[in-house]
Formats: sequence, C-alpha cells, structure tokens
Amino acid sequence: MSRSRSDILLRSGLGTLAGLSGSVVLLILFFLVAGAMPALRDGVLPRLFLDEFWQPGSQRDPQYALLPMLAGSILVTVLAILIAAPLGIAGAIFHRFYLPPRFAAWNEHALELLAGVPSVVFGFWGLTVLVPLINRLHPPGQSLLAAGIVLGLMILPTVALTSQAALRAVPGSQLFAAAGLGLGRVATVFHIALPAARPGIVAGVILAVARAVGETMAVVMVCGNIAKYPQSVFDSVRPVTATIALEMGYATSSHKALLFTAALFLVLLSGALVGWLAFRKGKNEAAVN
Amino acid sequence: MRIALLSPAIAIALVSCSGKKGEGTIVLTGSSTVAPLVADAAVRFEKQFPGRKVEVQTGGSSRGIADALNGRTTFGMISRELKPDEAALTAHRIALDGVGVIVHRDNAVTNFTREDLINIYTGKISNWKMLRGKDAPITVANKAEGRATLEVFLEYTGLDSADIVASVVVGENQQAIKTVVADPNAIAYVSIGAAASEAAAGTAVKLANCDGIAPTAENVAAGKFPIMRPLQLVTQGEIPAPAREFLEFLTAPANRDLIEAHLYVPITE
Amino acid sequence: MVSLFPASFTRTRRPGDILLGIAGGLASAVTLLALGCILWDLVRLGLPHLSWSFLTGEVTENGRSGGIGPILISTLMILGFALAFVIPPALGCAIWLSEMVRQGSGAARIITGSVDLLASVPSIVFGLFGMSFFCQTLGLGFSILSGSLTLACMILPLLVRTTLSALQSLPADLRPTASALGLSGATMIGKILLPAALPGILVGITLGVGRALAETAALIFTSGYATRWPESPSDSGRALSVHIYDLAMNIPNGSGAASASALVLLVLIVLINTTAASLAARWHRRHSAS
Repeated sequence: MSRSRSDILLRSGLGTLAGLSGSVVLLILFFLVAGAMPALRDGVLPRLFLDEFWQPGSQRDPQYALLPMLAGSILVTVLAILIAAPLGIAGAIFHRFYLPPRFAAWNEHALELLAGVPSVVFGFWGLTVLVPLINRLHPPGQSLLAAGIVLGLMILPTVALTSQAALRAVPGSQLFAAAGLGLGRVATVFHIALPAARPGIVAGVILAVARAVGETMAVVMVCGNIAKYPQSVFDSVRPVTATIALEMGYATSSHKALLFTAALFLVLLSGALVGWLAFRKGKNEAAVN
Repeated sequence: MRIALLSPAIAIALVSCSGKKGEGTIVLTGSSTVAPLVADAAVRFEKQFPGRKVEVQTGGSSRGIADALNGRTTFGMISRELKPDEAALTAHRIALDGVGVIVHRDNAVTNFTREDLINIYTGKISNWKMLRGKDAPITVANKAEGRATLEVFLEYTGLDSADIVASVVVGENQQAIKTVVADPNAIAYVSIGAAASEAAAGTAVKLANCDGIAPTAENVAAGKFPIMRPLQLVTQGEIPAPAREFLEFLTAPANRDLIEAHLYVPITE
Repeated sequence: MVSLFPASFTRTRRPGDILLGIAGGLASAVTLLALGCILWDLVRLGLPHLSWSFLTGEVTENGRSGGIGPILISTLMILGFALAFVIPPALGCAIWLSEMVRQGSGAARIITGSVDLLASVPSIVFGLFGMSFFCQTLGLGFSILSGSLTLACMILPLLVRTTLSALQSLPADLRPTASALGLSGATMIGKILLPAALPGILVGITLGVGRALAETAALIFTSGYATRWPESPSDSGRALSVHIYDLAMNIPNGSGAASASALVLLVLIVLINTTAASLAARWHRRHSAS
C-alpha cells in the first residue's frame, strides 16, 4: 500500500470515529424529541411555563409546571458549587503550597476515594445522617440545603482534583522566579499560580456543574421533592432529574411523554449552562492572551 | 492502531451474534413491590424445574402494564387493581398487601380515622396536638405521582392528587420509612410488609391503626383492614405453558412461606 | 508527583501566609472529615457483613443474605465491554481532533461542541436513551451489552477530553521531527504520539471507570435487575451500584448488605486506581531510563 493511500485510509478512519463520537448526542436528542412528541403535539409546551403546579396525575385539574423544577435544578447546582468551589480550590492551594509531599499524596488518595463513592451512598448518608441534623434546626430537613450539601460533597473531589492538577501544571520556573523577585507565598499564589491555573480550574468547575445538574439518585433522597419555588434554604425543592427518577417507572403514556419533554429541557438547560461557562472561559483566555 | 480501528466492527459483530433470549425464558417486569417476592420465588422455581429460566426486571407498575401490552414481557407485575382502560389485560392475583400509616416510634398518636388522614393530607390538621399528640408541626410525606401506593391511598381517602398539601414527596417505601426515622414529626404511608419488617428489626417506626383496626396480616387477609391492594401478574392473550407453570407455582400452598417471608398476605380461596 | 516549591516559602511566616494556610487547611480538613464521616458509616454498617463467602456467594433473599458473586461478575463484564466500546472511538476522535484537522476549523468545532454537549447530558437521560435505543430499537433487551453501550456513551466525552488534552500537551517539536524522519501518519500516531500521551489517557480511563462503577441511574433501565450468574453478554446482569440502590431503597432491612456492597465497590475502585497509577509510574520510569 502506498504511503498516501494508507494515510487517506487512516484519516478517513479517524474521521469516521470522530463523526461517530459527535453523533451520539444527536442520537440522544433525537430519541428525547421522539419521546416528547406526543406531549408537544398535544400543545403542552405553553403549559410547562404557565401552569402553577406539577400534578400530572390529578383527575380534576392536571397541571404541568416545569419552571419550578428547572429553578430547582439551578438552585441546587448553584448551592453545590458555592460549597464545593471554595473548599475544593482552597484545599488544592493548601495541597500544592503547604502540605509536605508525603501528606499531599495521601490527601490525593483520599479525594480519589471520595470521588469513587457511588451517588446512592451519598444519598443514603444524607437521608440518615444529614437530614435529621437539619430537621432539628428547621423541619422537615429534606431541603434545598440538604441537597446542596450532599451534592456539594459529591462534586468536591472533581473540583479539588482538577484544581490540584491545574496548579501542579504551573511551571516551577515561574514559582522560583516569583520567589527570586521576593514575592511571598500568598502573593505567588494569588498573582502567579492561580491566574496561570485558571483555565484548568474553570474546566473542573464546568465538569462539576454538569455532574450536579444531572445528578439523580443522591438528590432525590434528600431534596424533599416538592415542585414549588423554595422560599428559603430549608424549604424542599424538586430538580428535574428527581421528577424523572420518581415518576418514570410509574408513568402512563401521556405522562411519560411529559417526562421526556422535561428531560429534553433539562439537557437544553445543562447544555446552556455548560456552554455559557465555556464561552466565558474562552473569553477570559482570549483576554489573557 | 489497526486493532483499535477494527474493534468497533468486532463489537458490532458481537452484538449481532449474541442471540435472542431462549424461548423457554419467562420474563417479568414491573412493580418494585412485587419484584423482590417474584425474584425469590424464581430462584426456587429454577431449582425445582431445571432448564427453566425466569428473569425479573423492576421499574414500576406502569412499566409492567406497558410491557405486557407491547408483548415485551411474559408477565407484567403490578401492585394495584387494573384500571378501566387496561381491560385488554388479564390480572392474576398472587398476594395481598395492606398500605399502612407510619409514624415515628416516639409519636404518641397510634390511631388515625379516615377523617384524620384526609385532614392531615389536605393541611387542615397541621399540628400533632390537634390529634392529642405533642405540640409540633406535622411533616406530611406523600408518595410521588403514579405510585401504586398513592393511588390506593387516594382511593381510600377519596382525595384527588391536587388536594394534597405535602411537606415532602418520596418514592420507594424505604425512602418513606427513612424519612419518618429522620423526622420524629413525620407521617407517611407504605406497604405494611416493608414497615412491619423494619419495625421488627428495631427501626424507629411504628405502624398506626386505621379506623381502630390494627395493620396485621390477619386483618388484611380477612379484608378488615381498610387500605389494601392486590399484588398481581398481568398478561395479554394466551399464557404459554411454562408461564402457567410459574403462575401456579407462585400461588401453590407449598410456596406460601415465600409470600409470608415478605410479609405479604397469601390468597386463600 | 514531587511537589516543588521554593525553599524560601517554608521559612517566611507572614500573617497573610499563615491566614491562607489556615483557610486551606480548614478546607482540606472539612473535606476529609466529610469523607471520614461517610466511610465510618459504611464501615460500621457494612463490615460485619463482609466475608469471603459474601464476595463469591450467590444472591439469596434479594441480597439480604448470601453474597454478591454474580453481581461482581456482571459489574466487571459491564465495565469491560463499556471500555472495549468506548476506547476506540474516543481515541480515534481525540487523535483526529488534535492531528488531522486545524484547531478552530468548522468540523473540529462541531465535533468538540457536540462532545462537550454530551458531557453535560444527565446520567438519567442516558438511562432513558439506552432503554429506548439499545434495549428496544436495537432489540438487545435488558442485557449486559445494553448497559455497557449506555455507559460507553456516558464516559465517551470524558475520555475524548482527557486524551485530547494529553495529546495537545505533548512537546510541539515531536511532530515535525517525526515527519522529518519520514515516518508515516500511522507510525507517528501508533509509535510516538499515543505512547507519549499514555499517562494522560490512563488518567482519563481511571476517571471513566470510577464514573461507570458509581453509576446507577443509567443502568437500572438497561442492564437490569437479574441476579443470576451471567452466562453471556446478552444476559441481564445487575451492576453493583444498582444492587446497592435496591438494597438501600427497596428491600426492608437491606442497609447492612447495602453498606457491605458499597465497601466492596470502593475497594474495587481503589484497586483500579492504584493499578492505573502504578502502570503510569512504571511507564515513566522506563521512559526516563531509556
């Protein structure tokens, strides 16, 4: 086989694999739209945004309000990031600049372990340990706060490990140069290391956001699942994923189409959130360059 | 590299080669309340009838209905009565299950009338002291839309799901039980079998009486207990011979111990 | 990983420095405390259940008694097939993106965009998709194959992203040097680029394995609920995470066995992590020696 022919083969083979990888998401969207079609054809779309309650099973007054649940997904995610990002990034700074290497390795192993805990275990722990504690502060305990904490702990290792990797990738020469200029540790961290590691840290946070929006099994056990706008962190919320998990196995045909519609909007929301973060990251990088 | 490029092709070949399930396999899908019982029975059935295979998949009563209608399963498992629009299916009762009201073990209230339950679940009674309990707000735990336990509860109370004012919504029975354990002021309703077996193991829940009737197997069997539901297998059309064998096996007196081990109530003619 | 920092750092003791140290230390402590709290709970409830027969025995009474032998085998099969399905397209896609097309070209942006969108798809949606596409449309039914194909779709973006960044962080002069030596594209990729990027790829695979093993929502609807010994990939087989969910949420008095199964899952993940890490370390040693 001539060189050029084998190269063309290789190029087209790899191109096919790339196309295959890229088309998975299209396939998923296609199936979601197909599943949602009966509901969309029934003209449910405006009701998702105008109705007040989520009670698809009601005989007297079925209502399909999706907005409170989309808000639930966003609120839970924001709270989880507010908990995980500071802890994860501060922990990574400590790990990189304060901990002696021997302990740092152990710290990393511990985080990897935390990353491997299945979400069911987090949910179980949340319901049996965390919820009773919050209940004592303010009943019922299953709440936005509980979901935020459990989810925050779940995505914490992602944020911490990616931040550690990003800080580690900052060239040692830059740090030594900073020390040579007489900068202290704090100045080096804030003026040299963090700006250089920023793209990696943001990428980790984006990963964590995607995970948080999509998390199901842990959240459904601790969020309380009331599909209304919460008035405080002690109120219960219901993210979209919880609705799908709670109702999918029990839904009859029209209800099922409704849940596919909810899933479709969830993917759009999650895509928009991640896209927005990636866009801001791109803008920041462009500004730095 | 070439191997890497080839392996999707190998994978696809593998996928297409791996044949369909054997004809003799009995497939059951549906209710997560029925699934553990049937899965246990399947193990014993396969031992007694070598060569037969029983496959149990969970996913909820509606799943069982849908799969039975599509012919994707031999039996659909449901934990409620058939609805009028599901008349194309035939239901076979295998056991009865009561739906009991549970509260925390330390709760002083031990009996609820139908009126009490309606008032609690519509928010008219919001404090335990209105039921001669302590002065604390009631945490009302409701089941998620579509769950068979919710439908049985709505039928008993005559409420519509839109009437219910809940503090939290739960899915599986165990989640309801853990919710009550976590919150001393909570009330929920679950399968009596699940609650009784947890309570016997020392979990801090208590099954309350309904209209003065204790939620015991005897009362459910005698039809005295007011909130109950059948556990059923549903089929469409002719049942193949191996499947009929399994159905008879499930209801045979010799296998009643399995049903009792799950704290459900066997059908007695 | 050697943590290098200027020696002068450890000698200076400015107030800001101490404050940052305390804040960072507290953050790490809170993280580890939470981990300890969750692990302690698992160990307390699960350890009494663990034994050799628990690991190898059949599932009886829905998992309340007996063991998790068939479930371990199913889990490993699901994982193995998922990796076999995902590695070729993920590597191919990453190589194509980094070596075959210009950065920022239309095609590259469409592919990276859709891979990133895939990364943001919630796991339960993968479950719905896997159920309708692999189980029903392709007729694979509840099977280990359906489950592993669904997981492969789920961890694809993770693997593409990590491989891509591993390839992109290779020294820039590697490619012109290889071309100057007259190496063909395939040789350059197979003999130079992929081996050099291997540690990064291994990290991606480790992350993917962790994600796949911990996944519940995508598997309940696809690989199913069956607890017998799997005989072929077209059998239904319950994954360990699904078993934990069922025991914790659906089986009365299942908490002990659920915790024990979760401990086994954690040990499995640690084993896979350390194997991958030691592979990467051995590779590093060999290459720095040569």
